[in-house]
Amino acid sequence: MKVKVLYFASLREQLGCGAEEIELPAGVDTLGALQAHLVARGGAWQDALGGGKLVRMAVNQEIKPAASAVRGGDEVAFFPPVTGG
Amino acid sequence: MKIAVQAGDFDTGAEIAALRRGNPRVGAIATFIGTVRDVNDGAGVSTMTLEHYPGMTEKALAQIVEDARARWEVLDCTVIHRIGTLEPTDQIVFVGVASGHRGEAFAACQFIMDFLKTRAPFWKKEDTPQGARWVEARASDDSAAARWADDGAAERKP
Repeated sequence: MKVKVLYFASLREQLGCGAEEIELPAGVDTLGALQAHLVARGGAWQDALGGGKLVRMAVNQEIKPAASAVRGGDEVAFFPPVTGG
Repeated sequence: MKIAVQAGDFDTGAEIAALRRGNPRVGAIATFIGTVRDVNDGAGVSTMTLEHYPGMTEKALAQIVEDARARWEVLDCTVIHRIGTLEPTDQIVFVGVASGHRGEAFAACQFIMDFLKTRAPFWKKEDTPQGARWVEARASDDSAAARWADDGAAERKP
């Protein structure tokens, strides 16, 4: 049960990571749970994703709330609020 | 309907002409063009770099245009957003809406821009004399999009 995880903009720079494959641990089946799993890495991961700063999340290229399901094969993305236009 | 995410510049005259070409039902075209300012949040900006989420960006823009079409008479519509490095006075974004009458064209154009600012995955990074910095999202952009809250598009807000 692997997911592709993408990071963009300031998050990508803070984490030093633009994309990775993650094996979903047992019980990690929502966006919020995946975020908590990443925060538990500590360091920059905790700083960037662990609250305080607004983080937007997407599953399969659609913005979704934290309670949304994540399944093997999904493309998940974390990014700051958008600033285009 | 045309949606483009591109590094190159665009020709507003050609884009506007294309919106009415061959369609005598078009009675109004409203356009918005966003450009790079040389000052933002009190600091000089020498260049700006736009990053996006390839794949999701195009989908998000298409959804915003669909939401506008569900609400107003949109005979044709063009959305172009540039990516990469831009300089002050450069064009960033073009939204053009062709409709039968001005009210629908104005409203749809503003709606598309309001949701582009809050839903389309673009991020700006500015080079200033104090160094590079990511542009922070503005609460006023969220409230601008929320004004359309009785529309179905707003229900998809996270």
